[in-house]
Formats: sequence, structure tokens, C-alpha cells
Amino acid sequence: MSFDRRVFEAKGYLVVPGFVDLHTHLREPGFEDSETIETGRRAALRGGFTTICAMPNTEPAVDSPGLLKELIGRGHDVGGARVLFVAAITRGRKGRELADMVELAQAGAVAFSDDGSPVEDARLFRSALEYARASGRPIIEHAQDLALSAKGVMHEGSVSARLGLPGMPAAAEEAAVARDLALARLAGARLHLTHLSTAGSVELVRHAKADGESVTCDVTPHHLAMTDEWVAGSRAFAWEGEDRAPRGVPYDSSTKVNPPLRTRADVRALWAGLEDRTVDAIATDHAPHSSVKKDVEFDQAAFGISGLESALALVLGGVRAGWAPLETVIDALTTGPARALGIDRPEGDWVVIDRDAEWMPRADELASKGKNTPLIGRTLIGRVVATVVAGEVRYEGVVGVAEAISRR
Amino acid sequence: MLDTDDWSLEEIETVLDQTRAMVEILSRPIRRAPALRGRTVILFFAEVSTRTRVSFELAAKALSADVVNITATGSSVEKGESLLDTVRTLQALGGDVVVMRHSSSGAPYFVAQRTESAVINAGDGWHAHPTQGLLDAYTLRDALGELGGKRVVIVGDILHSRVARSDINTLVPLGARVTLSGPPTLVPAAWRCGQLPAGVTYEPLLDRALDGADAVIALRLQRERQESGLLPSLREYSRVWGLSLDRVGRMRPGAPVMHPGPMNEGIEIDAAVAHGSRSLIETQVTNGVAVRMALLYLLAGASTPSGVPAAAAPLEERG
Repeated sequence: MSFDRRVFEAKGYLVVPGFVDLHTHLREPGFEDSETIETGRRAALRGGFTTICAMPNTEPAVDSPGLLKELIGRGHDVGGARVLFVAAITRGRKGRELADMVELAQAGAVAFSDDGSPVEDARLFRSALEYARASGRPIIEHAQDLALSAKGVMHEGSVSARLGLPGMPAAAEEAAVARDLALARLAGARLHLTHLSTAGSVELVRHAKADGESVTCDVTPHHLAMTDEWVAGSRAFAWEGEDRAPRGVPYDSSTKVNPPLRTRADVRALWAGLEDRTVDAIATDHAPHSSVKKDVEFDQAAFGISGLESALALVLGGVRAGWAPLETVIDALTTGPARALGIDRPEGDWVVIDRDAEWMPRADELASKGKNTPLIGRTLIGRVVATVVAGEVRYEGVVGVAEAISRR
Repeated sequence: MLDTDDWSLEEIETVLDQTRAMVEILSRPIRRAPALRGRTVILFFAEVSTRTRVSFELAAKALSADVVNITATGSSVEKGESLLDTVRTLQALGGDVVVMRHSSSGAPYFVAQRTESAVINAGDGWHAHPTQGLLDAYTLRDALGELGGKRVVIVGDILHSRVARSDINTLVPLGARVTLSGPPTLVPAAWRCGQLPAGVTYEPLLDRALDGADAVIALRLQRERQESGLLPSLREYSRVWGLSLDRVGRMRPGAPVMHPGPMNEGIEIDAAVAHGSRSLIETQVTNGVAVRMALLYLLAGASTPSGVPAAAAPLEERG
């Protein structure tokens, strides 16, 4: 299989293939007050994502071919981004018995994941990997040792010590990554590790790839741009000085996310991983929540950042700072995730980008129902001006752009 | 008044000076001044606390404020009312000052952002207990004189202690050096691994930490810590990190012993130490009222004829 990537300038805009998001929460069915397939698909377009992979942690969980087919039907309506569905690894995502993985794959599951609930039982996870191999789909694993992360609500380090918040050590992720890599090797299966957040995790994957393992991984825009200082009120991107950046309020639950925002050294390591292709993809882990779940005490708040619409601006910030070349991050948003899924990048999907546009996310202007992002009110640079899906302009942020594109 | 972590030395000194004036009022035959007459202080305690609540109540009443109590027991908080709802109620009630205690670190920031009242943090989760830090600083300075060059040991469950964090934030700017001591599982990992706040060191063994120290503050040990696997046994804890008469003798002669209360006598502190000649534990309680009076006065007593000896101009209301 081969993928092409075309980058060309048009009227000062950048036109690149549509983005593929390996990790999106659409909340339907069960949590429609946080997001629906429809609002999520619209938010995706505004972020330049033409294909998104919906995670199965809905209520009920997507663990049966019947529900999967029903959802695929709902995701096929006109408008919005293309939706692919990830099915659960275990029944009810409870980690006790496998879902009917072969049938789910036949019904259209693009991958398997119990995202949010790592499969703790190593023997069961081995079986899942064997089944994934047989069904020809990858396992997307949220690597986290739950006993180690325990009741943590942020990264364990000097900031959590200062704030008096229970921490999740980096080792909670790294221990799980090491286990998952060993089991994937045993099963000979395709393992995709999602939202890696620590320097140690990237290093483990680097070694596994050097050994020829068929492992892939992604990182999120927020882990590429924000540090644990954001929980203490910082709003400085990892590549900015603290003194010049605006400040927020400490304990803002919009900075609460799992895996947690890590240290600046971790952020640097994620970028280094992108640059040497240890990291295959940038995935949003778009996790919209209604205000009921977020407008509460920090330790009581739900984990997650609403990320589809600001993803591009965050990664372009790192590019501007010289932390990775533009083509590397565009690859990680397009061909990288397609390759991780083993799908062809859809033809006719394009996104038009204004790299210099300054804008400010506002709660009432986000298409997503999830307003839970610490970027509300923060000036960002770089914005999607139009998104084309299957040759059709489905989002147009600036009038007249569509004509300019369709003429070419 | 959510945390002292961003206070300047001058601000800390202002409160400590004002506290001295309040101690004077408390020593009068009639312990009352009209400074906050007509002002309403709401005591919102979403976590059970008798000592701190009563201390604030006495402080507010000594300044003639009206005091309203909202406590966890018997209020809608227990029935599952959200903090947001409670804040809306507090806002509608319109108190001048909300004094709050909450089990979640950071909860006072949540409330302060959503109400126009001044908010005083009376303890939030593991994060901060600023009035305890200030009263400990006041008590230590009264006992030791200037704190510059003095070394204060804080021993016990540092990880879960808002008192330890606030003591550090107050004592270090005043010039003291702080030595933390306690079981490795009860000290934040970053602090054990060298990323300590300025002016602070970590010495696991209490005997060594106490050698030549100028004062010691013992923290309360929650019995749950053993059940959750963070401690092998309370017996071992008490033998290694408990304050015995022998052990406090390693400090400089007469060096004081403090404890924020309530104490587990026989675990973190022996009765002979708690009630011995070095103990300032009861003085802490008295000074606690004075510190809280000082803060209430500085936050809410701005424009009223006070009857309070003016040690300083009132502080700007803090965000």
C-alpha cells in the first residue's frame, strides 16, 4: 500500500490531505448531552479532520455487531466528517471476557479498544491480541497501570506536590507500555498505543520499532503543547516563556485529562518522537464533556479535553517554534494514522489552512458540545479555512475559499 | 485569601503585626471590638472540623460580625448538592466574607471565581491551610524571635498535609529553613527526589532531622494510611517518627514542640511531650483566634471605625 502526500500553497493558504483522527469520543449513544455523532462530525470538519475514529466507550458500549451496524448507519448521513467505528475489546468494556471480535470486524469495526479502561488481565489481553491478528485489525490500547495511577488526577511531580493533588506517575504509563509491547510480540499482533505522554513511553516504542516490532503509536495535540503547570494556572505553551503568556486560574478542571499533562521534558520527547518517526500519528483524544461533569471540584471532575477544533493550531505552534518540520506533523495527521489503521487515505479529502490566522476559541463558537478546553479565550495561530470530504466542500470558514479550491 | 504561596514577605509581616494587635484585644477583660459590626461572615464547612470553625467563629464574633454557619452535617451538601449550587446560594446570601473548608484541593479557587464575597481558605484537601501557617509562624516568632537562620522540623504525613504546605509557604519567606521528615511513602515523590521547594530539605530519619533543630511541628497521622498500605504499622511509625521526650532532647535546649491538632497521643506524639514544658500546642490554639481576627479585619474591616489598634492598613481584597 502506498500513500501520497501533496502539499501546495494556494493564495497564501496551505492545502493538504484531510486529517485522520484515530481517537475521538462522540458520546453517542448514552451521553448525548456531551456530544453526538452529528456535532462531533461538524467539530471534526472545523478542525480539518475528514475521517475520525469513534471510541466505543458509550452507553451501551459498542461491543455487539448489531449496535455497531446501527451506528455506522447513523454516521453515514450527509455532512460532517467520515466516521469509522472502533469496537470494544471486551464485553461491556469490563475486561472480563472478549467481545465477538471476528464478527465485529466483519460488521465494520476499524480497530478494537477498551479506551479509558486498559485491559488489566494480561492473559485476556494476550487473547485479544491473538484475535485482533486473526481479524486483521489493530488493537488501540490506552496504556495505564491502574494500581499505580490509583486515584491520581494529574501528573505526579513537583506541581502535584505543590498543589496537593494526588498524582499519576509516568511509570504508570510506562509499565503498561512495556507489558503491552511484550504481549504484542508474543501474539505477533498489530498494537497501536494511543495518547502516549511520557519520554519513557516514547523510548520504549523506539526500541520496539528498532527490534522490528509492528507497533505504532500516537500522541495528542494537548500533550504536545501543554505541561502540568497548566493545572497550576499557567497558559504558556511548552515552547513559550512563562512570563509572556497569559495566566489562568489554578485547579481549572479543563486541564484535567488522562493521561495527564506532563512535564516540559516529556513534551520535548514527544516532539523528538514525531521527528524520528517513532510517533506515527497525532490523534486528538477529543473528549467532550457537558458542564455538569466539568463545573465541579477538580478531583471530582471528568477527565478529558475537547480537542478537535484546536488541534491544528496547537501543533502548528510547535512547528513555528522549530520543534518539528511542517511536513512531519502533516504526515502525522494524515498518512501516519491511515497507515496505523491499515486503511487507504481517502481520495478527495482536503483541508485548506491559513497558517497565520489569529483566532480565539470561544465556548459559543465551538461546534462541539464539549466546551471543556483550557484554550477558551487564549489566542491561537493557524486555522482551518475549508474542509473537503470526497470532493465536496463540507466546511467553509472563510467565504470564497471554496471557489478558489474548486477552480484548481 | 486562598493560599499564601504568592504572598510577599511584606504581606505576611502585615498579618503577623496585625495579629499582635488582636492578641492584645483578646487579653482585655471584654474581648470584643466593633470593627466588623454590620458585616456578615459565612462559615462554609463542607468537611467536618470543630477546631478551625470555632476559632473562626470566635474571631468573627470578637470583631462583632454576624456569623452564619453552613456545615456539612445537616446541610444540603450532605444531600448531594453540587458545589456550584452552594456557591449560587452563598452569592445570593451576600456575605461579606466566606470562610470555607473543603475536602477537595483547590475548591476555594472554584468558589472565589464565582462569588463576589471575599473568600478565606480554612483548609482545602491536601493543598493549603493558610491561617494555620500564619498562626504557626506567629507562634514560632513569639517563642524564638526572628526566624532568620532558624531551622524548623516538620514531621509526619507531609504528602496529605495542607498544614505542611502552608507552614513551608509562610516560614520560608520569614527566613526559616524547613526540614521535612517522615516515611518515604508519606512525602511527595518529587520532594524526595531533589525537586524540593526553596529553603526546604528532606531527612527521612527523625533523629537526624532533630539534631540541633530550633523547633518541631508534628503532623496528625491518619490511621487510614496504614490500611491503604502506605505504612507497615502504626507501632513502627510511632517508634521511628513519634515525638518522645528523648527525641525532642536532640533539639536545641528549650526548642518548642507544636502540633496543629487534633493529636493522636501515643502515635505521633507522646503525652509527656504534648503536655510538657516545650509544648506550644495550647498557645497555637489561642493565637489561631488572633490570626483569624487579623485576617477578617484586614479583608473586611476596611472602612469601619474599628476600635482596633491600627497596626497596618487593610489589605487589598485578594483574587
